Formats: sequence, structure tokens, C-alpha cells
Amino acid sequence: MADNNLFKLRIITPDRVFYEGEASMVEFNTTEGEIGVYKKHVPTTVIISPGILTITEAEGTKEAALHAGFAEILQDEVVILAEIVEWPEEIDLDRAEAAKERAEERLRSKTPETDLLRAETALQRSLARIHVLK
Amino acid sequence: MASMRDIKRRKGSIQSTQQITKAMKLVSTVKLQRAKLNAEKSDDYFHCMYETVNSILQRTKNLDHKYLKAGTSGKKAVIVITSNRGLAGGYNSNIVKLITRGELADEELAIYAVGKKGKEALQRQYEIKTDYSDMIEEPVYADAMAISKEVLEAFANGEISEIYLAYTAFKNTVVHIPTLLKLLPVEVSGEEDVKGSEDAEIEDKALMNFEPEDEEALNLLIPKYITSLIYGGMIEAVASENGARMQAMDSATSNAEEMIDKLTLLYNRARQGSITQELTEIIAGANAIS
Repeated sequence: MADNNLFKLRIITPDRVFYEGEASMVEFNTTEGEIGVYKKHVPTTVIISPGILTITEAEGTKEAALHAGFAEILQDEVVILAEIVEWPEEIDLDRAEAAKERAEERLRSKTPETDLLRAETALQRSLARIHVLK
Repeated sequence: MASMRDIKRRKGSIQSTQQITKAMKLVSTVKLQRAKLNAEKSDDYFHCMYETVNSILQRTKNLDHKYLKAGTSGKKAVIVITSNRGLAGGYNSNIVKLITRGELADEELAIYAVGKKGKEALQRQYEIKTDYSDMIEEPVYADAMAISKEVLEAFANGEISEIYLAYTAFKNTVVHIPTLLKLLPVEVSGEEDVKGSEDAEIEDKALMNFEPEDEEALNLLIPKYITSLIYGGMIEAVASENGARMQAMDSATSNAEEMIDKLTLLYNRARQGSITQELTEIIAGANAIS
């Protein structure tokens, strides 16, 4: 079965079909940690946390910043329902850097009112964006 | 009979009204095309979302979860999606009627208004919690996230006991149905007909694992589910609004056409009358001299 280790991958956002194609592996970050999915994975539904999405196709790999949503993994198909996902060319580096600084600042100078969870996800998001660009 | 000048003036004013309605019809036709396209593009997402949430809930029927049971205290919240502009036939008043005369008529409601028209009509009777009217101009997903965040917080605090969404469902260009949808607590009954046709898929789903565990997954998924329903409601409402306006303006244009035809007839008759009268006067004058 070496010749056919590809599975169908669809990444859907509320306003467009972000990606549709065949891939041999897809990696992304979930609430339980980073995972990589090959064909014939046990059917699983996972919740996504901000991170880098790496799609390994027959011709090479593609990267994108994936921020929120969930994924449904079936044996020969993976569907990612993403609330926010961006290709590198859609990311504004300056904005991401600024967001990173802001989030770090908030985490450093934390007061009882600081929404820690929010600051942390913001930091994760900006890091993912910056990483994808580099 | 009205004088020629009166008829002419009347005709002129109707003609300029017709021009306006015609232009509005064209504009809403174009907007409708775009809104329809948007609605179709997001269809996939909602379908998958609905199936996943349903399959989780099917497996976890007896789960005692905060999002699955109604709060004991507090008002019922309704997110009301209408338009900011009028001249769309019964589009806005149908939604308002759905609330003031529907099953929720006697309840104490907290309104989250999306769209000025709905807000204006409901604020006399109910409490308007938040006004999101700017969003309906061009709904984006982040808007829906903001709304769902606010209502879910209010739900978690016990301020509100149930959440409904009132919007106009877009069936096709001419059929729009005012709909009241219960968002929370989530209900998944009466969907057997949809499920029956996809037996194979169900079996597949039955083996599904969840990471994290069911209950936590629900915690994270249901807000996303609500957000997607609100977003879907907004997108469909925009399509319906433009569809309704297109229809209203189309009939206004043809009514104007009809009136212009009638007035043209009247005008010609009046003109003929005045010519005849003038002739009679001249002849009578000539006769008198000779």
C-alpha cells in the first residue's frame, strides 16, 4: 500500500473552502498537544488550539497558521472546521509582532483583572503567525 | 375631470418614483446575488458543524451539562436579526410579528438586536440588551463570535434562561421564512429523517473518539456551534432582506407602470377634451359674428 498513503483533506471556514486536496500527513496543534495524522487514523474529533498547520502533499509541504476550530479525523478523510486559518501570504507580520508584544506585556504586568487565558491565546496566535512567516 | 396640468404633474412625480424603485430593484438584485453566493459558500461549514455536534450529543444523551438544560431563572433572550433599512416589503414586520405574536409573546424577553428596524419596533415592549445593528451591513464571522460570547456569558451567569434566534430563512429568491430557532439549551430531537438516509455514516461516527473527553469537548464545541448558527442566520437574513426588497421594488415598479398608463390615458382624454372645447368655442364665436 506504499503507493497510496494519501487521504482526503478538507479545510473549511465559515466563508470559504480554505483547502481541498490529497495529503499524506497533516500536523496541527490541539488542546491536548500537537498531533500528526496519517491515513488510517482512528476516528477522532479534536479541538484545535492556535498553532501551525502543516500539510504534507505528494509534491511537498504547505504551512498555514491555524487558530481556532475543530477537526474530524476519519480513516481516509480529515475535515478541519476552522474558525480562523491563514496562509502565510495573508498574514501581516507587523501586526502579529505588535500583538505578540501586547500579549507578553499583559502577561508580565498581570493584575487580578488580567484575562490570563485571553492573553495566552493571543500570544499563541501571534507566535503561530510569526512562525509560519519565517 | 382634473386639468391637464394636474395630470401631467402627477404623472411626472410617479415617473420619478418609478425611477427610484427601479434603481433600488437593480441594486438589491446585485446584492442578492452576492449574498446568495456567500450563503452557499458557508453551507459546507454549517453542515459539518451540525453533524458533528449532533453526533456528540447523540452519544452523550444523559449528560448533565450546563448547555443542555434551561436555566431556572432569568429572562429569555432573543437575538433578532432584521435590516437597517426599510422598503423591503414585509421583511422586518414579519420578524417583529414572530416575536410579539408568536409563542414567546407573553414571556419577558431580553432582546439582542441586529438591525435597526427590529430594534425600533421592539424597544417599546421589551428590554433591548445590546444593539449590534452595524453588523448586518456586512456580517463577518468575528461579529457572530462577539454576539455568541455575550449571550453565552449571560447564560452562564444565570441572567438568561434560554436563547433564541429570530431570523428570516432564505429558501430561494422568492421564498423567505421568518424563523425562530432555539439555540440554548441545545436540542437534538426530531432529526431522525435526516439521519436515516445516512446510516453508513452514522455507524462510522459511532466509533468516533473525542479528545478531550465528551464533556469538555461539548464545552468547547457548543460555543462554536452557536456562533456558526448566528453567523448562518445573519448571512441568510442578508440574502432574504435583499430578496424581499427586490420583490417589493419589483411590484412597486410595475404598479407605477400601471398608474402611468392610466394617467397617460386620462391626460390624452383631457387634451382631446380641451381641443374639442376650443374648437367649439371658436366655431360658436364665428357663428355669433356672422
